[in-house]
Amino acid sequence: MRRLLLFSIVVLVGFVFLTRLFYLQVYSSEPYDLYNDNAIRKVFHYPKRGYVYDRNNKLLVANQPSYDVMIIPREVLPLDTIEFCSLLKITKKDFKKKFKKANTYSPRLPSPFVPQLSKKDYAVLSEKMRKYEGFYIQKRSLRDYQTTIGANVLGFIMETNQGDISKDSYYQMGDLIGKQGIEVAYENNLRGEKGVKFIQKDRFNRDLGPYKNGEKDTIPTPGKDITITIDSQLQEYGELLMQNKIGGIVAIEPKSGEILALVSAPSYNPNMLVGRERSSNYTKLYNDSIHLPLIDKGLLRMHEPGSPFKSLVALAALQEGVITNNTTVTCYDGYTYGRNNRKMGCHCGGGTRNLNTGISKSCNAYFAHAYRKSIEKYEDATHGMDVWSNHIKSFGLGNYLGYDLNIGKKGNIPDGNYYDKWYPDFRWQATTVLSNAIGQGEILVTPIQLANMTAAIANRGYFYTPHIIKSIDGEIINKKYTTKHQTTINKRHFEPVINGLFDVYNKGTASFLKIPGIDICGKTGTAENFTKIDNQRTQLTDHSIFVAFAPKDNPKIAIAVLVENGYFGARFAGRIASLMIEKYIKGTISRTDLETWILEHSLEHEYSKPFSNKPFKINANSKLMKISDSEVKKQTLFK
Amino acid sequence: MSLNRNRNFKFDWITIILFLLLISFGWINILSASAQGEVLSYLDMSTPYGKQLVFILFTVLLIIVVLSIEAKFYERFASIIYLISIMSLLGLFIFGKTVNGATSWYGIGGFTLQPSEFAKFATALAVAKYISDLQTNIKNIKDQLKTALIIFIPAFLILLQNDAGSTLVYAAFFFVFYREGVPQLYLMLVLSVLTLSISVLKFSVISVCIVVTLIVFLHHFFIKKNKSSLYKPFLISLSCLIFSFGVHLFYNNILQTHQQNRISLWLRLEKDPEKLQKMKRTISYNLNESEKAISSGGFSGKGFLEGTRTIGKFVPEQHTDYIFSTVGEEWGFLGSSTVVILFIFLILRVLYLSELQKSQFSRVYGYSVASILFFHFMINIGMVMGLIPTVGIPLPFFSYGGSGLWGFTILLFVFIKLDANRINEW
Repeated sequence: MRRLLLFSIVVLVGFVFLTRLFYLQVYSSEPYDLYNDNAIRKVFHYPKRGYVYDRNNKLLVANQPSYDVMIIPREVLPLDTIEFCSLLKITKKDFKKKFKKANTYSPRLPSPFVPQLSKKDYAVLSEKMRKYEGFYIQKRSLRDYQTTIGANVLGFIMETNQGDISKDSYYQMGDLIGKQGIEVAYENNLRGEKGVKFIQKDRFNRDLGPYKNGEKDTIPTPGKDITITIDSQLQEYGELLMQNKIGGIVAIEPKSGEILALVSAPSYNPNMLVGRERSSNYTKLYNDSIHLPLIDKGLLRMHEPGSPFKSLVALAALQEGVITNNTTVTCYDGYTYGRNNRKMGCHCGGGTRNLNTGISKSCNAYFAHAYRKSIEKYEDATHGMDVWSNHIKSFGLGNYLGYDLNIGKKGNIPDGNYYDKWYPDFRWQATTVLSNAIGQGEILVTPIQLANMTAAIANRGYFYTPHIIKSIDGEIINKKYTTKHQTTINKRHFEPVINGLFDVYNKGTASFLKIPGIDICGKTGTAENFTKIDNQRTQLTDHSIFVAFAPKDNPKIAIAVLVENGYFGARFAGRIASLMIEKYIKGTISRTDLETWILEHSLEHEYSKPFSNKPFKINANSKLMKISDSEVKKQTLFK
Repeated sequence: MSLNRNRNFKFDWITIILFLLLISFGWINILSASAQGEVLSYLDMSTPYGKQLVFILFTVLLIIVVLSIEAKFYERFASIIYLISIMSLLGLFIFGKTVNGATSWYGIGGFTLQPSEFAKFATALAVAKYISDLQTNIKNIKDQLKTALIIFIPAFLILLQNDAGSTLVYAAFFFVFYREGVPQLYLMLVLSVLTLSISVLKFSVISVCIVVTLIVFLHHFFIKKNKSSLYKPFLISLSCLIFSFGVHLFYNNILQTHQQNRISLWLRLEKDPEKLQKMKRTISYNLNESEKAISSGGFSGKGFLEGTRTIGKFVPEQHTDYIFSTVGEEWGFLGSSTVVILFIFLILRVLYLSELQKSQFSRVYGYSVASILFFHFMINIGMVMGLIPTVGIPLPFFSYGGSGLWGFTILLFVFIKLDANRINEW
């Protein structure tokens, strides 16, 4: 027995050691990752971020160098904080706060301590940086905007947050990542690949030389330059016209789906979100809850389409064969329907309307009739609604359009099922949901959907998914944007509707907006809108909406304009749409009267009404507000 | 077998092969741990790996000498060898050179020699010689004390030279005693001393004494049939109390601060997380780094000469006491478990051969060899992996150092020679 003691202890110790080794090296050991090895210093070289050009090859976005002071908390040695803080232009309290923040993120991984130094600060600091162990300067490239327009399209880049890092291991703390607009949509193309140098360190944190003679080092791959479909002159003009208004303009080239202008108003100078003032500026923009400058109104504002929707109602009815070009409806200042003789009002002036005058005079009664017939063609309202809904949706409404900017709204086009859920107890019928006929009721769209719908009409029945990208480093764009989407409406039905839209300008609701030499087809729209004040549903001045395309034959531009609380469609949106079309097609403005009117009128008073705590008047009872000449001049200069 | 060759030598090749494997793998790791930049020549005498290679080559000579000397020589001259060894230890007090706080070296030319590495072998010979003496009865307390004295003298001298780690190795001889028949009580004593010491440090003198007294008296009243006298349980409790206080005093007043800290870290006595963090960065820096290096090796290691923590010299003393962390980092779980298994095989092989010995001298000596190798192996690797408190002793055949290498080689090969001579014994 005695001889077994040592024998068993030896075996036991061996077993314990093997278990411990297994625990250390297999069980608790993560797969080896050079990036997590703190014996290796990683020096990153950030590549040039891709430039952005507009459709006419005008440079919009370039780069400028920027210097971040980075920190690796556990390598920091006691230092002269007073001197260091004065060099960095921060207070000692900031220093402690920043240190704590970095240490909480990770004591051994680098994180930015003071981002985006000015060139001058960098020059002073770089000489003294050696003294401060644990700190170093990382060169990065920031955006340098060559323009003051298009902030909503161009977007911005920002330091990565914890979420970005855990989503994609490419990013480290302090890296810059696209957060809005094309910067995020084309992040992977624009950013390139950063290069990294691995340097072997010793335990005193001294560099010993390249790790494995640099065989794992990579050189940075520059980001790709991209060309976007925006016409910067048109965009700039749009932004100018939209000053002192809230809303959006979306202009599309019908034959390609390229977005020519995507204006969101009010906007901001993209250079505001670059440099050390970035975060305070961002907060300022973020906190402007009246104008919401960071919200892209052209993509995100859902509203009732109003009368422009009537064209689709007409097309659906023609396709279903429930009306013809010659069908007439007599308008008695409205449309009376139902058992209780309910009436839908109309402002067209009354009389006998056919398709052409129905559209050009925007007669509610005509479209109520056409819509009702389309639904009632089928015995079952649910079925009729489904068929109608299908026609409408084929114009890209009621769902995400699939464009290449990563924000959007679905809008709403109800189908049979939708109303079955609403009215589970009793049968509903076409007249129950008659408001849809005139683009109200449950219909919701975004300006870009309106523009796309207009493009589809301009194309006589098809559209390409709207997109902002023209080419990436000269490469052809995604096939998705070169695929034709056919609507469910036969091509021959478009001509009469387009004639109607043409007459809107000729003799209809927009006749005073005529542009000499251009055949414009358009449609005014007005959308009622409400807000909640002290929990009271309160009506505000209607939104002014306008859609148009031109020229009538072989159209070059389709446009949708939304001016919030601008009252009737022709007043603000119509003027702006006409001016935009003239600007794009002619390059110069002949209707300077329209331009002056737009620049002279502000809607700020409308926007402050809900916040004024006083009763206010709306629509026709609300006065227009003019701004002084000097203000107008200032605006023009500002951009 | 021819008659004129009546002496047959059958060296145990298994042991020799295990020895060769360990020594060569050891050198490869010393090369990794001490290489700086390009390795120009393996015999570069300005580097530890260059020197170690020379030491290894010299070992071959040493082995030839050890194996060619008559086996009986070791038994006959055991006392002389022991005496010389003691003299060499004593001489350190006059001529000794201090390295890292321990006065354990003779400086000869550019080289240093550490006599304590050879004292283990000499003591093993002396113990074997004394126990195997026909007049010695290990069950006799007087002989036990005499044998203990043989061990105590070199151990004490080494302790005086401030090399506590090497002193600790002499405790390995307890296994030899036990094997040769000291009463079972001794084993019980050793176990209770270990348990009590650790409990006293981990908890407190009072709580340990209360628990022990409670157990002893409960045992006396409820389990023991003969309840005549309270004398025995009382005595046990009292000695426990005295011993506990002794441990307490020893830890607080006799141990040096760094030794206290090592034990405190091992037993996790420090609760304040901030102080603990500080300790991790200072006192247990080596341990912390060596654990990280081993852990970073993962399953298959980073590869020869590619351990980033080894290249960066993150583990101080890596080519000596912490050599196993290089194995862990560069060869991973595969390599390090192989080393552990090789050591276990070697120790078990020596144990097995010892039991085969016909002469008591050879058996006791073999047992001593196995015990000493085992102690070094257990303490060194246990320390490097953070299982036991930091004790600075080398890993046999692996760690850098000529004296250690030669000491262990002689220790092992004398046994191989004795074992080879087994057939010629009656």
